[in-house]
Amino acid sequence: MQFAFNLINYRKIKSMSDTVDKFFDEMQAKVGDARAIYKAYQRWLKNVPTHQLAAKRAEAELLFRRVGITFNVYGDADGAERLIPFDVIPRLISSKEWAHLSAGVIQRVRALNMFLHDIYHKQEIIQAGIVPYTILSNPQYRPEMFGVDVPNQIYAHIAGVDLVRTSESQFYVLEDNLRTPSGVSYMLENRKMMMRLFPDLFRQYSVAPVEHYPQVLLNNLRSVAQSGVQDPTVVLLSPGAYNSAYFEHAFLAQQMGIELVEGQDLFVRNNAVYMRTTQGPRRVDVIYRRIDDDFLDPLVFKPDSMLGVPGLLSVYRNGGVTLANAVGTGAADDKATYIYVPQMIKFYLGEEPILQNVPTYELSKEDDLAYVLDHLDELVVKEVQGSGGYGMLVGPAATKQELAEFKLRILSKPSSYIAQPTLALSTCPTLVEQGIAPRHVDLRPFVLSGKTVSVVPGGLCRVALKEGSLVVNSSQGGGTKDTWVLERDDTAAEKPTNTSQAIKKEEVAC
Amino acid sequence: MLSRTADHLYWMARYIERAENAARVLDVTYNMSLVPSATGNDADLWQAAVEITSNIEAFERDYGKPNAKNVIQYLTMDSNNPSSIYSALRSARENARAVRVTMTTETWENINALWLEFDQFLRKDLTVEGLSEFCDWVKSRSHLFRGVCFGTMLRDEAFSFVRLGTFIERADNTARLLNIKYDFLMPVQHQMGGTVDYYEWSAVLRSVSAFQAYQKIYSDAIDPVRVSELLVLRHDMPRSLHACYDEIMPIIEQVAANRQSETKRLAGELHAKLHYGKMQDIFQHGLHEFLESFIHSNHVLGEEIQRSFLSATV
Repeated sequence: MQFAFNLINYRKIKSMSDTVDKFFDEMQAKVGDARAIYKAYQRWLKNVPTHQLAAKRAEAELLFRRVGITFNVYGDADGAERLIPFDVIPRLISSKEWAHLSAGVIQRVRALNMFLHDIYHKQEIIQAGIVPYTILSNPQYRPEMFGVDVPNQIYAHIAGVDLVRTSESQFYVLEDNLRTPSGVSYMLENRKMMMRLFPDLFRQYSVAPVEHYPQVLLNNLRSVAQSGVQDPTVVLLSPGAYNSAYFEHAFLAQQMGIELVEGQDLFVRNNAVYMRTTQGPRRVDVIYRRIDDDFLDPLVFKPDSMLGVPGLLSVYRNGGVTLANAVGTGAADDKATYIYVPQMIKFYLGEEPILQNVPTYELSKEDDLAYVLDHLDELVVKEVQGSGGYGMLVGPAATKQELAEFKLRILSKPSSYIAQPTLALSTCPTLVEQGIAPRHVDLRPFVLSGKTVSVVPGGLCRVALKEGSLVVNSSQGGGTKDTWVLERDDTAAEKPTNTSQAIKKEEVAC
Repeated sequence: MLSRTADHLYWMARYIERAENAARVLDVTYNMSLVPSATGNDADLWQAAVEITSNIEAFERDYGKPNAKNVIQYLTMDSNNPSSIYSALRSARENARAVRVTMTTETWENINALWLEFDQFLRKDLTVEGLSEFCDWVKSRSHLFRGVCFGTMLRDEAFSFVRLGTFIERADNTARLLNIKYDFLMPVQHQMGGTVDYYEWSAVLRSVSAFQAYQKIYSDAIDPVRVSELLVLRHDMPRSLHACYDEIMPIIEQVAANRQSETKRLAGELHAKLHYGKMQDIFQHGLHEFLESFIHSNHVLGEEIQRSFLSATV
């Protein structure tokens, strides 16, 4: 197999100017020449000394710590609570680019929801020979869900679609996260922080607001309650204070004004779910759950799970409660299913995919396996079930020993892996120790499905802070940026001009 | 609100109050040990301190005969003693941590800071001489805790359960203190007016910050019957049993408003005894019996609160 796009040999990259040449940079089309939407920002940036930016970042960190926007890193002995580094330089996306991206992710999530309904009902896509039946042997496929009807046929109410960019016009979908995608609290908090730190920039740019995300989410969750429920009670089910994303759970529950519950707060009686309150049991209609399928119900899944609610699945299957996301969505976001998403879009929607997949080698296929083993140092290899950047190999960045070790792991179970070419991820100027330098970024917009499918203009922009690194996951030391989706691509007249005019007017008035 | 949340808030407040009371008992015991003892035996004094706050059998198993040094260790820093100040503060902080997102930032920061400061005391050995300073610190942190709750919390159910925890625990502690001290001091009752008597009863008053109140109300020699009245029936004395139930009663009325509940009946019954009771009657039937019965009923009310509001109601 040959792919048309740019493979990068990282070992050749020596200096930062090299990096700028090799990668598409969000701010600079060519060195020194800013892209149109960034022109005003670059002019502003030139007038701000780096130490002043660093002071702004320090202020942001202090505030984040006080609010408690922290992240627990698994397997980290000393730092149980860590702050995800926040970068004060935003990523800008033009209105035209966003129109393209939002249409693309909405199209994708619509198809994925139809796919999920299909594989748990008639399985037409398999009968049509488009997706192989082996998809059903995926451990994330839940036979318990077969024939179960969920409200509005929505399975993935909240989806986080990871996008990367390699050139002015080329975006790729890296991953569809359909289980319990996290990170939206950073999208919201980062924006609040940027408006506080740089109000003047918001006067120049017309940045599309994101603050209404919790309201849209709540409306969607209420809209997927079982029919006949007048005023549905929605709760957020969290694994508890020791979970890595607990602060996000608490934050969203607070923003939506709903109860943040744990498994022990809920119980099942007469085909209904109740929460224990000081005023007695209260019926729950919709559960926005941030617990994986495996831990939801010890009677059906992991019997030793203390996080779930015994009997929950039985109520769910009988239509006594709605779960968001549905049980069994993992069958559609795993890396082996990913390959078929473009065909799904054609099959279910009769449309051409707006966004492209990254070409992917399936190591269960002999030819692909042979090619991948030969070109391991050029490729990115991922576990089919993996997430969060764990258990993956970035070939160009790996040592000889790491390559040899990984080869053995692949050979022991080839079907557990897929491989992709190393993408030339775009870079965005980022404040690092040495000053402002390009760092690789991705973008995760959050697609919400209820009665309608929508996406709030923005997303979680992750940035790999290490020079040359392509792994942006927060668990691997990545940071975040605010993403500005522009409502209009032109900018307002700059502030200094305004201010001086205002002063003159005042003088006249005096 | 969620039962689990209410449970954590209620126990957070109880544990803070428990730590404060242990500090008060220790402080007064230490001060009494400095004056010539009525019984001539210091061990009795320290034993009483253990009896008020925890279990004497458990103590003797680990430490043998009580003396100043081992009782101080047992009641302050001993992590194996569930009633030690260490254990109480740790439990308070753990309960707070579990619901930190539902409490005000100031409340959480206050409890967290308390725990960080406590670490300083843990690092150095607590000497008998350093005890008063330590007890003062515990008391002032407890005052701060109540203040930050009062000053920052929304007057909703969460606040009600915090207050409920404080006063159920306080009523228990005041009753125990008086019960043990009364038994301990009664043999010397006949030497009324003596210096020893004065010191010991004034120490009891001081332990519940009631010495100045006593002087102001009675402006007379310190007399065990009046001390008892002050700590049991005076509604205007903040640590008295009556005052505690004046706080508890309206809270229970409010949280149990929509329900038939045993908690309302139990609380009402206890409150009536304190509200309409007369000291002569109580003494006639025996103060000791009255206090034992009160401690029991207060405990039953605590269990009923637990059952009706704070735990599984399947």
